[in-house]
Amino acid sequence: MTTDARPLDYGAMAKEAGLTAFVVLMLTIVLVGFELRDVPGALALFTRFPDVLAACLIAFFGRIAVILLREGYRGAVVVGAGAAALLLLIGLLPETLFGTATAREYAEAYMPFSAPVVRWCVFAAAVFLAVRAALARRSVRADAKSREAAADRAGATVQHVARYAGPLLGLCAVALPVALGHDQQAMSVAILVMTYIMLGWGLNIVVGLAGLLDLGYVAFYAVGAYTFALLATTEGIEWSFWVCLPLAGLFAGLAGVLLGFPVLRLRGDYLAIVTLGFGEIVRVVLQNWYGFTNGANGISGIPRPTLLGLSWEEEAPEGQMAFWQWFSKNFWEVQYSATHEKIFLFYIILGLALVVNWFALRARRMPIGRAWEALREDEIACRSLGINPTNTKLTAFGVGAMFGGFAGSFFATSQGFVSPESFVFIESAIILAIVVLGGFGSQLGVVLAALLLIGLPEAFREVKDFRMLAFGLAMVGIMLWRPAGLLAHREPTVRLNAPGKGKTP
Amino acid sequence: MQDSFSYFFNQLISGISLGFVYGLIAIGYTMVYGIVGMINFAHGEIFMIGAFVALIAFFIMDAIGIGWVPVAIVAMLLLSMVINAAYGWTLERVAYRPLRGSTRLAPLITAIGMSIFLQNYVQLLQGARPRPLRPLIPGGIELWTVKTPDNTDYTVQISYMELMIIVITVVLMAAFTYVITRTPLGRAQRACEQDQKMAALLGINVNGTIAATFVLAAVLAAVAGLIYTLRYGSIDFFIGFLAGVKAFTAAVLGGIGSLPGAMLGGVLIGLIETFFAGYAERGSEYKDVAVFMVLVVVLIFRPTGLLGKPDIEKV
Repeated sequence: MTTDARPLDYGAMAKEAGLTAFVVLMLTIVLVGFELRDVPGALALFTRFPDVLAACLIAFFGRIAVILLREGYRGAVVVGAGAAALLLLIGLLPETLFGTATAREYAEAYMPFSAPVVRWCVFAAAVFLAVRAALARRSVRADAKSREAAADRAGATVQHVARYAGPLLGLCAVALPVALGHDQQAMSVAILVMTYIMLGWGLNIVVGLAGLLDLGYVAFYAVGAYTFALLATTEGIEWSFWVCLPLAGLFAGLAGVLLGFPVLRLRGDYLAIVTLGFGEIVRVVLQNWYGFTNGANGISGIPRPTLLGLSWEEEAPEGQMAFWQWFSKNFWEVQYSATHEKIFLFYIILGLALVVNWFALRARRMPIGRAWEALREDEIACRSLGINPTNTKLTAFGVGAMFGGFAGSFFATSQGFVSPESFVFIESAIILAIVVLGGFGSQLGVVLAALLLIGLPEAFREVKDFRMLAFGLAMVGIMLWRPAGLLAHREPTVRLNAPGKGKTP
Repeated sequence: MQDSFSYFFNQLISGISLGFVYGLIAIGYTMVYGIVGMINFAHGEIFMIGAFVALIAFFIMDAIGIGWVPVAIVAMLLLSMVINAAYGWTLERVAYRPLRGSTRLAPLITAIGMSIFLQNYVQLLQGARPRPLRPLIPGGIELWTVKTPDNTDYTVQISYMELMIIVITVVLMAAFTYVITRTPLGRAQRACEQDQKMAALLGINVNGTIAATFVLAAVLAAVAGLIYTLRYGSIDFFIGFLAGVKAFTAAVLGGIGSLPGAMLGGVLIGLIETFFAGYAERGSEYKDVAVFMVLVVVLIFRPTGLLGKPDIEKV
């Protein structure tokens, strides 16, 4: 087993693992070891030292396992991590399935932490280590380069396949409501994921194509949502969704141009902070301008969209017809169901998202899209070739903002309620994370990242306390694993040699 | 009614002490930006952790029977510095070092991820409700007494708390300036800031220096966290976001990369915020808007900040 093992330096190993354990001790001793809890009248201090001890021990032995793995002692790691995983499993499995009551009792004594989710994570880590050691893989660092190259090849393959897979995925999305049947919960999640895909594609134009780091995208989303909410609920206007949709896009785009005009001369990081500041300004204004936006209470009673005048209510308002009545009259008998509306909403957002996707794909073939990409790569070269950087960036910013506005007005109509709470910074961060994790400029990557980041947490609602924690960790983890994004592959849109000739090198 | 000058004076003092909080955080941003060229987005969270550790430290001191306030405050300061140093170091080691030399956006995303993680970590471990702390240092020095129009005396005073904040900050800034300008660590840091490759060739441990920079930044953020806890008497897991963004604004305002600039920017932002809240109509609701507007205006007219060096784009 230890054919390629190097002799161990036990002192160094103990020192390294000890250092890790010490750092973990420092990290956990106060924040985990002590807890301030509300007791009537005051705060009281409670201790959780066993958790600190568990964290330190796990760090110590985990580090030793990693060192052993690095030095080539795979057998020892398989045995050690496997045994640890097995012991943990006894405590984790319900008695009826595996462990007897006595085994459980013994397990309770050594099980680390109290939250089941955390226990499962420790178990997963042990299994990961064991599997990792069992598979004949060399150390992580040694082949980072070849891994990167493999990831890039995978990205290229995906891009190649995308030509066929894209429409196929589109068809799947169209068929989704049929497959999900009348599961209202699942349709809501599908609508949510689709909204984020649309936002991701919209932001991808700004970040992926034009290379402008926008941390305040949610501001334009908010402008779109409030445009529709205000127009639809103000006495005397009460325009429908379909009239307001273009207006929402227009206003959001205008907001983008207005903001972009002064700030787009700034370089990357500064731009990020200014857009972040702008996002906060929009939220604070929405929250405090009671006369106009109803402040923190938000706007409720936003009407749902209609299909050519057909309402989705059970009882249509005066002068309108409900969809199910109309359908029953003209086709076959259907009962009223609330899922009809969900399905309709899903198709609206799917259509909107596909418009954004289509625009982004076409724009890359147009002069403006090429100018965006060129600017992303080298601003000085662009300037010397006569491209006006500010105007070019402004168009990208404005177009991205417009699509954000569309998504926002859809959000308002699908929720029926908007409040400043929906437009906090974390939303911008999530959208940006979707774009970056997917791999800049990759349309499929956005879909994948949105499914991962929005779909998965929605599926695990039960552990919702840990949802955002896992979300943050996933952002860090994926970025460390694939710094260029999941499906990153940057191929020039234009090549010097004739098209069709030669494959990707 | 108090007379307008005393009101002004109170606002001034409170603006300066708030500005010191921002300044101490801003130094962390500016140092890290100077040496690795990235926005350490999770720095606000480090500050928040510092505040929590300080609060818990007070309760620990209380529990073991050391209730004497000066000792308690020193213990809070030391403990939060030590713990924060560990967090700063780990943050750099886990989230940033593996990505050094990769795309510019990658560390920003891990920073945002870390920020989300740390917020929820503290929320899970310490609860989501605001945590109060009773005022530890009551009283103050009476400066002068004025007669108000309705013939009552109004005393203008500077509270011991604010005095202590100012003293702590000034002393620490002096120590910090000494570290940066006079010690081998400071020299190594400035060398790495200018040219990492060259510094490495000359035998400077670049990784170690960068780690030390994060640790220093986190230690200063711990001081800011302690001051914040003492000053406001209530903290929650979300304080890091806004304070972090404002402190970054301060760093940009002062000129990113410039240490005195960060402190100057911090004090300016603190003053702007306090005066806007104190004088403008409905100012306290819109004070954050005022701060960000200042940022936008500064970036448009003086992108390098007040004390920043102009940075020349090279092909």
